[in-house]
Amino acid sequence: MTAAPAAGAHASLRDVTRIYPPRAGRPALHALGPVSLDLARGEFFAVVGPSGCGKSTLLDVMAGLVAPSAGTVTFEGKPVYAQVPDGIGVVFQEDASFPWLTVYDNIAFGLRQEGRTANEVRASTEFAIDFMGLKEFASAYPAQLSGGMRQRVCIARTLVLKPRLILLDEPFGALDQQTRLLMGDELLRLWRETGATILLITHAIDEAAMLADRVGIMSARPGTFMDVVSTDWPRERDSTIVSDPAFGLLTSRIWTLLRAESLRSMGHK
Amino acid sequence: MRYAGRIRTAVIIVAFGLLELLCRTGVISGFTMIPPSTIAGSLIEILLSGRFSADIMVTLRNVSVAILAAMLIGPLLAIILHQVPGLRRILDPLFATYYAIPVYAFYPLLMVIFGLGDLPQIAVGFLLAIVAVLINTLNGLDRVPPVLLKVARMHRLGPVATAVKVRLPFAAPYIFTGFKLCVAYSFVGVIGAEFITSSRGIGYEISYAYNNFDNRVMYPLIFLILTIATVINMSLYAWERKLLARRSSVS
Ligand SMILES: Nc1ncnc2c1ncn2[C@@H]1O[C@H](COP(=O)(O)OP(=O)(O)OP(=O)(O)O)[C@@H](O)[C@H]1O
Ligand SMILES: [Mg+2]
Repeated sequence: MTAAPAAGAHASLRDVTRIYPPRAGRPALHALGPVSLDLARGEFFAVVGPSGCGKSTLLDVMAGLVAPSAGTVTFEGKPVYAQVPDGIGVVFQEDASFPWLTVYDNIAFGLRQEGRTANEVRASTEFAIDFMGLKEFASAYPAQLSGGMRQRVCIARTLVLKPRLILLDEPFGALDQQTRLLMGDELLRLWRETGATILLITHAIDEAAMLADRVGIMSARPGTFMDVVSTDWPRERDSTIVSDPAFGLLTSRIWTLLRAESLRSMGHK
Repeated sequence: MRYAGRIRTAVIIVAFGLLELLCRTGVISGFTMIPPSTIAGSLIEILLSGRFSADIMVTLRNVSVAILAAMLIGPLLAIILHQVPGLRRILDPLFATYYAIPVYAFYPLLMVIFGLGDLPQIAVGFLLAIVAVLINTLNGLDRVPPVLLKVARMHRLGPVATAVKVRLPFAAPYIFTGFKLCVAYSFVGVIGAEFITSSRGIGYEISYAYNNFDNRVMYPLIFLILTIATVINMSLYAWERKLLARRSSVS
């Protein structure tokens, strides 16, 4: 394995492992790695893997939310350690909306935090609310929304900050299949327009195959990359590629790799 | 008004009516209790005459100081204890047994420390009230979901900003429970202290009237305290319901 990140990589993990220390009588837990990964600037990378294999841990480490037990993390040429660097936006797997704020104030949270002017805050927030189809709910509180809508609030709250690296942890988990495909299209559009680098964690193989330039397939815990598959889709693409014969080949290839690991993570030998 | 509300009102009216009847017919003697209508009349008289205005103002002021101090210092202390787990572990047994300590037993000590003025009464009210705020705020802070703290870190909030913008707002409903108890305890503490040793305040006047068998002063003043405490509690309750309505899915 190489010791330095690939030249020009936007973000990279180098021989990263994460071991959660023992706590409250539970033994230490090796959750991730060692993994190495280089994300090219503007790349769309998807991660699939059996449940509990360390996908969210991978995301936390990459964002600087959790320190790696070994190895290094770099973002835009600088080491990431114990702090989320400017330019990284995260959408978490769990509902992370602030229950005491309206949809509008949730989405404006980061902008206000950055000290933007009132006009900028209003313009960006209103744009994001429209974009996410939350216009009718701007003054509602998260408790009054469905799980899918709450997740959209969280997506909007992260995207308004125009992060250069977007880390998404099963952002469409709470959505139905149709909305999922449409949100996928929106994400692709946003990705093309902003030129951001995206790391998307998903449990849906078709979602990974349709959206990403490359799909990383993780083993059961402790998660490592068993394989990384290039999709070779053109940058201009949308959910209609699901009818492309190449799409079927791709998903079946990913599933073949994943099947044995998924069984293993469920306790089958 | 909802069904339960109507029943409640009816029960209160019937109870007062019955009391009125028993007093008027002499079943309950005038030395024990005076009719509710007389209590109300005397209270109005007392309020209009201004005879106890100074006492009422002193008590309300002292209670307010105790409440405000507990409401301000309680959450602040909770945040600090939450950040310093070692200190919290040391103090936890104290909090757990706190309300088993008879605060009034320390009244002589408080008088030695704070003198004969209003401070000992305020101190008793404050000491009773603050721990309710503290315990409830800590409880709320313990429940902040880790993912919200990750969001705070993603937005690069420092420890103070995280406390003010994430931890405390999340804990608000719990803090509110503490505030409601804080109001009740402040009244209990201040008025109780006035009973024991003080030369003014509603508590003092009630105890003075009691010693002189002056039911026409004692009952109206008790009624006044009841009314004030109820009004404050009901407005807090209404405010809390508004707060909680936002955070629960049944709107
Ligand atoms: N803070 C923590 N402390 C201890 N163990 C943890 C912690 N967070 C996660 N783990 C454990 O690490 C392992 C990997 O967890 P992680 O959440 O990264 O998996 P995942 O692939 O995201 O799972 P899922 O598919 O359910 O989202 C799991 O066994 C989990 O129980
Ligand atoms: Mg996960």
